[in-house]
Amino acid sequence: MIQGIDYAAVAAPLVVALTAGLVLVLDATLPARPGGRRLLGGVTLAGVAAALAVVAVQAVQGVRRETFCVPASLGGGESAGSQASCSFVADRFTLVIAAVVLAAGLVVVLLSMSEVAIARTPAGEWYFLLLATLTGAVLLPASRDLIMLVVSLELVSLPVFALTALRRYDGRASEAALKLLLVSVVSTAVMLFGVSLLYGVTGSVHLDRIATFYATAHPQMPYGGAGVTTVAVVLVLAGFAFKIAAVPFHFWAGDVYRGAPVPVAALLSVISKAAGFAGLILILTVALSRQAAIWSPVIAIVAALTMTAGNVLALRQRHAVRLLAWSSVAQSGYILAPLAAFTATGRAGHTGGAVSASVAYLVFYAAMNLVAFAVVMRVSSERERNTLDDYRGMALRSPASGLALAFSLVCLAGLPPGLAGLFAKVVVFREIVAGGLGWLAVVMAVNTVVGLYYYIAWTARLFTPAEAGGRQEANAPVAVAAGIALTVTVVFSVVPQVVLSALG
Amino acid sequence: MSALPAVLLAVPLLGAAALALPVFRGRSTSAYGIAVSGAALVLALVVAAVFDYRDAGRIQLGLDVPWSPGLGLRFHLGVDGISLPLVVLTALLVFLCFVHLARHRPEGGRPRALAFTLLVLEVGMIGTFLALDLLLFFVFFEVVLVPMYFVIAIWGGPARRAAAVKFILYTLLGSALLLIGLLVVWAQTGTLDIADLAARHGSGIPRTAQVLAFLAIGVGLAVKTPMWPLHTWLPDAHTEAPTVGSVLLAGVLLKMGTYGFARIAIPVLPEGAATLAPWLGAFAVVGIVYGSLACLAQRDLKRMIAYSSVGHMGFVLLGFATLTPVGMNAALFGNVAHGLITGLLFFLAGAVKERYGTADMVRMGGGMLRRLPYIGSLLTFACVASLGLPGLAGFWGEMLALLGAFRPAAALSRPLFLVFMAVGGLGTVLTAAYFLVMLSRVTHGRPTETVPAGPPLTSAEEIREVLGPGEPVEPVATGTAVAEVEEPARPTWDVTGHELAAWLPLVALTLAFGLWPKALLAVTTPAVQAVLGQGVTP
Repeated sequence: MIQGIDYAAVAAPLVVALTAGLVLVLDATLPARPGGRRLLGGVTLAGVAAALAVVAVQAVQGVRRETFCVPASLGGGESAGSQASCSFVADRFTLVIAAVVLAAGLVVVLLSMSEVAIARTPAGEWYFLLLATLTGAVLLPASRDLIMLVVSLELVSLPVFALTALRRYDGRASEAALKLLLVSVVSTAVMLFGVSLLYGVTGSVHLDRIATFYATAHPQMPYGGAGVTTVAVVLVLAGFAFKIAAVPFHFWAGDVYRGAPVPVAALLSVISKAAGFAGLILILTVALSRQAAIWSPVIAIVAALTMTAGNVLALRQRHAVRLLAWSSVAQSGYILAPLAAFTATGRAGHTGGAVSASVAYLVFYAAMNLVAFAVVMRVSSERERNTLDDYRGMALRSPASGLALAFSLVCLAGLPPGLAGLFAKVVVFREIVAGGLGWLAVVMAVNTVVGLYYYIAWTARLFTPAEAGGRQEANAPVAVAAGIALTVTVVFSVVPQVVLSALG
Repeated sequence: MSALPAVLLAVPLLGAAALALPVFRGRSTSAYGIAVSGAALVLALVVAAVFDYRDAGRIQLGLDVPWSPGLGLRFHLGVDGISLPLVVLTALLVFLCFVHLARHRPEGGRPRALAFTLLVLEVGMIGTFLALDLLLFFVFFEVVLVPMYFVIAIWGGPARRAAAVKFILYTLLGSALLLIGLLVVWAQTGTLDIADLAARHGSGIPRTAQVLAFLAIGVGLAVKTPMWPLHTWLPDAHTEAPTVGSVLLAGVLLKMGTYGFARIAIPVLPEGAATLAPWLGAFAVVGIVYGSLACLAQRDLKRMIAYSSVGHMGFVLLGFATLTPVGMNAALFGNVAHGLITGLLFFLAGAVKERYGTADMVRMGGGMLRRLPYIGSLLTFACVASLGLPGLAGFWGEMLALLGAFRPAAALSRPLFLVFMAVGGLGTVLTAAYFLVMLSRVTHGRPTETVPAGPPLTSAEEIREVLGPGEPVEPVATGTAVAEVEEPARPTWDVTGHELAAWLPLVALTLAFGLWPKALLAVTTPAVQAVLGQGVTP
């Protein structure tokens, strides 16, 4: 049989992938000129922006698009439903995550322009790998079968090792890349094992067919397949926990963020994390929604431990990127928390839903975290060591950067005037409280306070008078990146409805 | 619908935003600050003028527009008899702070940044009192944290950094619990509208949920109030904050906690309140006695006034705990009176510290009435008002709170509250004691009289006694000991015109409300009756 492909549905990842190819070709064929690096950066930027425009158009049209479908008559045996099962679905969830990933991609590309310009980094390879990661991250939220999920998750992860190691003269970068590689390969192996068990139990790779399988009782299997399913769920959870740096698989975060170039750290903390969460949410809430009784307590405990560990580890950090690394671990905990309140049927009189709350937090977090990384990128080019003390008096020296960083830190802490962070926390708290997880709400409340300690300590440094340091001329791409992220964060602060209505 | 409350918030907000313009770089902002805060005060007075006092229990000048439907968040503002006095008090105190700043450059420099911070603070404080949506209330409740942190951390005393961190962490923990409590209410009722929730008088929320929500909200508010034993952030914050910071902390920020009880905790969760009121009352009276005893032990004037706030807020909480109109009125009256009197006390403490170079009562010595007669008299007036002399504003709040405890709501145990009343009465005696001890130390006596810190070693003979006969006495040591005892030459300028301008409104209002308490009680009574409604009236 010949499968028709709906090219409109796959347009966004296709644009990014084609741009990646174009960059590689251009890099090989263009004569080595000083302007070449800038040209490649421009092409990359245009490709990402075009893909973002495609996503925006699809969102405005509001049509659910599906492709790579298998008719009900084929494959799947008993678990096949009455409808065709599709591997690629562009619905609201897909588009929101893709938009976050691509918008964050724009910022990361802009940060890269500065990185590629100052460091002795091969520009063509850099942009190609970046675009490959973005392709995977855009593909992932659209994936609706296990194989495609794993493949796109690997497409997100693999280029990042190379990106981390591209600063070949830097020992820390090589160490970080190796660490990331080992952790990631192990987590992939664990996850593949879990995925294969799921396939073995249900006889299907499509998420909707797995859900259909679990919707009916299976008396012929021992304990109705509960034992194997539990093992599979735990293994899949563990695999994803590595990707999103959740406890107890969080150890790599500090060293890898610190060793990687700042744009790659930003990529890890936003794009790679968003992709990891998208995959986790899809498997848990689409395929295993009836298994919520098994995984939601695990998620609750992992969320509580993750936010606590992240915050406690961040308390003692003196290095800006390491602090952001542990803070992003803590924020992962907040993103996970609402999933613990997920119920398959939904609650009466409640429209939000655990998935919306989780994704909403992710979106708010992406915006405010990128502001912080953009400013850190600017400082890292002036000050080699990039410790927190290098930020002393920044709000007085260069008010624009200083105030932007202060705003993003207050946002991450979740205090006004950083309303984006406050609303994000409210959304999560609301979901947890409505789900009856009072203890998790209290743990999160205490964690908010712990988190505030290091955010406010950093913010206070920005306003402490210090001896005048050398002023560096503004770096245009970094300034634009910070400007974009800051504008989005401010808009989210004033009109949080933008995010909430996008999630429906 | 009325835009007036929104304008009242917009004036300080836009005023603060305008300060970021380069026009103000390197120029004095004192006149500008007075103008903006004066405009806000005028607006607050306009609100008070157009307020319909015959219907003070109803929410007036409402403004209700959706902000974020996805969160259920509405920009819902309005005033009634409970919030109106506090709105005016806030606008007045901020204005007086700017008047004070006109002649007192902040010690940390950067007057423009201080003006900016104070105006943002004003937005948060007034917004808290105007908000009629649970989430909006929470947002404004949080707005004050960061500006107040910077007021303490940048313009504060020597130990400012630690005090500021303690303040913000402690109060954020309170607000996080408050948020959980508010969301429990929301999860049970599906609405965030305070007026709507108050009108329901708790119907639709099961008793256990009410108790849990009241506990979370109550603890959250009690940190801010502060209630013993959650008060430990307060003495440090008040002592280290600059004068304007202390005035606003004591005068307004503490009221945000007590206001939350009157606006949210008691009306929305009457059953929870009835269950936990004995605990609230118990902690309140412990706070009264503890605060008074702590005051007796203080040497630092600002620290003593800070601890006196713990005691006074104990009376306010005791008033709430009775769940009667009398007690609620007492609490609201005590709120305003404490704002006026303690605001004045902190202004005076700042002035004294400026003149003596220290706020340590022992090192200041006595005789202020002779050396600085005007400041000494004003300090005496403020202390006497604070200890609750009949005829001044401080009296009514305490007296009515004790009266409320004499006859608590029917659901509460009367013997228990009689005990509370007795302990509270003991607290009033202790309050009088520490203020009188302080006055006798500082204002009375001869100006030259000084009591040195530590064991007084003023002569070689005494040192010989301490050290024993065998030890050699170094002349340097003797000289040092004597130099410590002798006070450096003190500036002797008495009260200035600017200081009088900042203080006299507070003095006048303290007198006015003391002699004519009905002016305030007439505003709050209908609102209190509406709040308690058919719920838990005796």
